Amino acid sequence: MNNRRNFLKKLSAISVLGASSFSLLNKFSDNTSLAAVTSSSSEKNKVRWGMVVDMRKCKDDCELCIDACHQVHNVPDFENPKDQIKWIKKAPYPNLFPSKNHQYPSENVKSKPFLTFCNHCEHPPCVRVCPTKATFKKPDGIVEMDFHRCIGCRFCMAACPYGERSFNWRDSRSAIPNIDRSYPTRQRGVVEKCNFCSERLAKNQKPACVEVCPEKVLTFGNLNDPNSEIREILKSNQASVRKPELGAKPSVFYIL
Amino acid sequence: MIEKAWSGNRNYWLWILFLLVLISIGIYCYSLQFEYGLGITGMSNDVSWGVYIAQFTFFVGVAASAVMLVIPYYLHDYKAFGKIVVLGEFLAVSAVLMCLLFILADMGMPMRVLYVIIHPTPNSMLFWDMLVLNGYLVLNMTCGWVALDAEKKRTAPPKWIKPLIYLSIPWAVSIHTVTAFLYAGLPSRHLWLTAILAPRFLASAFASGPALLIILILLLKKLVQFEIANEAIQKLATIVLYASIINFFFLGLEFFTAFYSNIPGHMHGLVYLYAGLQGQHALIIWMWTSLVLGLGAIVLLLIPDLKREENILLISSVAIFFSLWIDKGIGMVLGGFVPTPLETVTEYSPSAVEIFITLGIWAVGILTLTLLYKIALSVQKEAAA
Ligand code: SF4
Ligand code: SF4
Repeated sequence: MNNRRNFLKKLSAISVLGASSFSLLNKFSDNTSLAAVTSSSSEKNKVRWGMVVDMRKCKDDCELCIDACHQVHNVPDFENPKDQIKWIKKAPYPNLFPSKNHQYPSENVKSKPFLTFCNHCEHPPCVRVCPTKATFKKPDGIVEMDFHRCIGCRFCMAACPYGERSFNWRDSRSAIPNIDRSYPTRQRGVVEKCNFCSERLAKNQKPACVEVCPEKVLTFGNLNDPNSEIREILKSNQASVRKPELGAKPSVFYIL
Repeated sequence: MIEKAWSGNRNYWLWILFLLVLISIGIYCYSLQFEYGLGITGMSNDVSWGVYIAQFTFFVGVAASAVMLVIPYYLHDYKAFGKIVVLGEFLAVSAVLMCLLFILADMGMPMRVLYVIIHPTPNSMLFWDMLVLNGYLVLNMTCGWVALDAEKKRTAPPKWIKPLIYLSIPWAVSIHTVTAFLYAGLPSRHLWLTAILAPRFLASAFASGPALLIILILLLKKLVQFEIANEAIQKLATIVLYASIINFFFLGLEFFTAFYSNIPGHMHGLVYLYAGLQGQHALIIWMWTSLVLGLGAIVLLLIPDLKREENILLISSVAIFFSLWIDKGIGMVLGGFVPTPLETVTEYSPSAVEIFITLGIWAVGILTLTLLYKIALSVQKEAAA
């Protein structure tokens, strides 16, 4: 399994060399080749992918990012809440930040639906508990799922302090509006969640949600590069992470 | 020795037939679940473990409690337990078997169960739980069987069994400690995130297991004229009494820390279980039943004259067993999922399919227990004759 994973990494590294000649690399403001660093395990910790969510810009009733994500990842659309799978969703501010919430929240956050998705934690509890390494942390900080290894024990769901994991309670293929053949569908019985669009990073594309948002709410970049755009934003704004007291160290930051 | 299980009277076979019917229904329901997926149960992303994992947790405790017989008999040479040590060990065997089946029933990908061994992951408590549970199964089966075999042959048990028996003592503690670690190390599940979860698990195990054993022994007395000194039963009752007192003491400690500190996260799980939260209150009736039954039985057992009354002892044992079954087999697991990480309350109730699968697994356990007890009692009878 590890061999296969390494092989895939090498494969994507090679394909990146090809892609780079199209000078797609400068698409990103922080000048980092997403794919090259995503695929190299030797340069450990050179890269830690992260996201800043600027909630001041987010429109309450807009769900473009959710639709885009769920479309490219073949996330099914079930009516029954019991079956629903969500990689990215909106929930009220007090629910996301229970320890930050107080009796007199400011008007702009009080009733605002906040975006939420996997935090790709630096110390992910989900990875710690998984008995098969089906969920694992890549050297670039992304917490990934191996759908072919997951045994469906749902230990990771009990462990994730942020409620960002969904289980395939039943066959989902019939509930996917338009299947995108370039991304796998999942069998029933495995867990899934946001993957920071690893598959798009390998092709030098930004995460789907980042790309689609017209308001520029989402900024994606390398947290370990002090000169990256995401770090510039964090330098000049007071940002929050969810439940910092738990020590999971989320890679997703919110500007309220 | 196994041939002893193949001869019995009509009632014996009717009982076995009844269990086989339950098992068949369970297997049929499992085939439905296998076809459709776990969506056929009442579980959801918010309450992602349900009755299977809760029953698993409870029966790990029952299994661990065999040590309450092994310690007095083998370490303190308490002869009165001589006849029932093997009953304790075989109860452990049946309980562990049920635990393993409950885990299997809960898996989304049961065909991949061996991945836990193929891709060993020591940082996962589930990996260790799998190891200690299987080890405990083998240990108890071996210790019980070898001792029984020696009794049949009217010889002393072989020397090599002693170290295994001694090993089974810390091993019993380990299975329930590791099972508590499945829960107690998860950030943000406040009801579980408590250092006394493992000791509380052990206390409730050492109460519920021996309580079940008392019930079984009294049943065997009535049904097959099993002869046992009253002293042994009374000693078991004392163990049940003190272990339940410790269990409820621990529960009180949980309440104190949560409510005196007044930290919302620490209170929510308990509030939900005993009073309801955000308008959801499905478990209140269960939790209060558990409290009343448990504390009531403790009062009965505290009065020596009542404790000696066989009927009262039976009632108290049933009450304790049921009380702790609710406490650990329902409340503990479900309460941990409330509130959800997104501060909402989702309730859960098992589906019919889920209940029948659970009944089927119980039936497997009871069938195993029946066969093993049949063998043990026949051998003991012959040896005494
Ligand atoms: S947010 Fe949850 S699923 Fe994502 S890495 Fe952290 S613990 Fe794991
Ligand atoms: S459900 Fe899958 S990913 Fe989650 S802990 Fe179990 S095996 Fe790992």
